[in-house]
Amino acid sequence: MKDSTVNKVLDYPRNAWYVAAWDHEVNRNILSRTVAGRPLAIYRTEDGQPVALADACWHRLAPLSMGKLVGRDGIQCPYHGIRYNSAGRCISMPAQETINPSATVPSFPVVERFRFVWVWVGDPTLAEPSLVPDMSQMDAAGWTGDGLTIEVACNYQLVLDNLMDLTHEEFLHGSSIGQEELSESDFVTSHTDTTVTVERWMLDIAPPPFWLKNMRDRFPGFEGNVDRWQIIHFEAPSTICIDVGVAKAGTGAPQGDRSQGVNGYVMNTITPERDRSCHYFWSFQRNYRLESQLITTQLRDGVSRVFKEDEDMLIAQQAAIDANPDYEFYSLNIDSGGMWVRRLIERRLEAEGLLPAAPVAAIAS
Amino acid sequence: MAASNSEVWQRGRIVESRALTPRIRRIVIEPSLPVKVVPGAHVDVRIRVAGEDDRRSYSIVDATADGRRIALSVLDSPRSRGGAAVMHGLREGDEIELTQPLVDFPLRIGARRYVLLAGGIGITAVSAMAVTLAAVRSDYTLVYVGRSRSEMAYVGELQALHGDRLVLHVGDEGTPLDVRALVGAIEDDTELYLCGPIRLMDAVRRAWVDAGLDAPNLRFETFGNSGWFDPQEFVVRVPALGLEATVGPNTSMLEALEAAGADMMYDCRKGECGLCEVLVLDLDGAIDHRDVFYSEREKNATGKMCCCVSRVVTQGATPVVTIQTT
Ligand code: FES
Ligand code: FES
Ligand SMILES: [Fe+2]
Repeated sequence: MKDSTVNKVLDYPRNAWYVAAWDHEVNRNILSRTVAGRPLAIYRTEDGQPVALADACWHRLAPLSMGKLVGRDGIQCPYHGIRYNSAGRCISMPAQETINPSATVPSFPVVERFRFVWVWVGDPTLAEPSLVPDMSQMDAAGWTGDGLTIEVACNYQLVLDNLMDLTHEEFLHGSSIGQEELSESDFVTSHTDTTVTVERWMLDIAPPPFWLKNMRDRFPGFEGNVDRWQIIHFEAPSTICIDVGVAKAGTGAPQGDRSQGVNGYVMNTITPERDRSCHYFWSFQRNYRLESQLITTQLRDGVSRVFKEDEDMLIAQQAAIDANPDYEFYSLNIDSGGMWVRRLIERRLEAEGLLPAAPVAAIAS
Repeated sequence: MAASNSEVWQRGRIVESRALTPRIRRIVIEPSLPVKVVPGAHVDVRIRVAGEDDRRSYSIVDATADGRRIALSVLDSPRSRGGAAVMHGLREGDEIELTQPLVDFPLRIGARRYVLLAGGIGITAVSAMAVTLAAVRSDYTLVYVGRSRSEMAYVGELQALHGDRLVLHVGDEGTPLDVRALVGAIEDDTELYLCGPIRLMDAVRRAWVDAGLDAPNLRFETFGNSGWFDPQEFVVRVPALGLEATVGPNTSMLEALEAAGADMMYDCRKGECGLCEVLVLDLDGAIDHRDVFYSEREKNATGKMCCCVSRVVTQGATPVVTIQTT
């Protein structure tokens, strides 16, 4: 197989929960969205249950998403009017009195959790709801925030790479959250079978504009240096929750006392659409000034501007990758988080038979 | 579960063939292009019957996780159209041509409760479903109906796998199935998966409608090879084409018409789609409707029939049907 560094367009595991949509996007209109290569027609029954059917009618494969919702939980094909229930089973064939026994479309397992509708397009017998990645700050008591979706024209792995190494903030996001201490400070990487963590502390530094504003939202008139942290939590295959914040310098944040600071969680979950496109769902959550809708909107819009810089880079990077098929990737020490992410994903791909097995490492003689 | 029906033909090597009952053999095959098998899948096998290439569908009873070994079980009955005899003749080391697994009868994961109902050899279509439902800890009952225990395959294995969830109904042991009682006890959110002879299927479908249950929750698979009457030789006439053909007990009317040179339209060839429908102009006998395309009401009218599976019968002389094709 191609090893981790040179596999530039990574396949995606099918046996995983991916976010198909925000909770508010799933309603009594039919949403058409492709998840992990599978086009889906997504809607909500009158009882409020989210449903994800294959977006191709059993009969002649017309997209069901162009059809209409009928009855309590059904959908009608836009072409010749076959109706299906939420289980994907045909409930009526307009031109005949019986129902063909093989008439079904796949209905994929769905879970609504953490403000998202998650779908499993792989083997449904493995679709354990407990495997939904932890994004609890999305709706836990004591947290608030909001986010958006970015449709990025790049392989999903490039977004994961981007989020696992935040030294790029210094160069790409210089006007908002970047500062030179980012690439100068040490970081610690660790991993388990399903997670990777990268932790970085910058002590006694001047806060960049974004964080100074946040400190002043909580501590009006704040001046001075801060201790800043970024703790990146990856959960396979494609969810990254980043614990970020600053506290007044020397007030004990590294030891666990964050009372003199502001804490946010950048919630990111990347759903591969096809090999060179992904749905990037993100939100910025915070645990202070919960009452302020103004701050929620300011943070969402501020982060949105920052992420636009990422999006432009990711699209340009994918284009350069495709324009230079004979050039390979090389790695830096700062890539350790991203490289662990690749390895965990590649192990899953291998387990699903989507990646040839790794050659046995040659034994040095 | 995604229903995948791209027909990919491959070679298969027989690695085991053994009798399970006097009339049922278990045949284990190593396919050349193995893929993971989902419950409800079958394979089509290419066979030669009486010098003609033909194909038969057999459910996959069980398979290894990687699909490198799949097991079929084949019943040879007096009504079999010659395929079973060929299959029964296969021995270890023999090679056959077969498709990769096809799925017309997908098991949906996630129903609140399941009843799997198998009549006779129909157990081959639902036993893998039962294994999957057990693995995902679903609430299910496997109901297995047969005439006599000595003709029922896999009873011991099923008891070991499913314990109390297996309910046996054995005709000659005085425990026949009461279809109305079974269906009457079914609740709204239950899905019933059924494979068995047409009499059982018709009885369950009727009881299902009468009980006011949701039609889509009744799922069944038919290979279109059983009827209300034993197959009998009959004559089919197509005046518009100037054709007459004799349909032997082991061939279908569609096959006989094709052999006589009629250009016939069809798709499923198992009584589901209705594409092979012919108009009945005159009938000397009665139609044995073996399809699931027509409703009960349409079957009572005798103006049309699905010629891929349905037949004509009488008490005495050779039945004759005069038809018009599309
Ligand atoms: S394509 Fe959907 S009913 Fe024909
Ligand atoms: S060909 Fe489909 S019903 Fe006869
Ligand atoms: Fe960024």
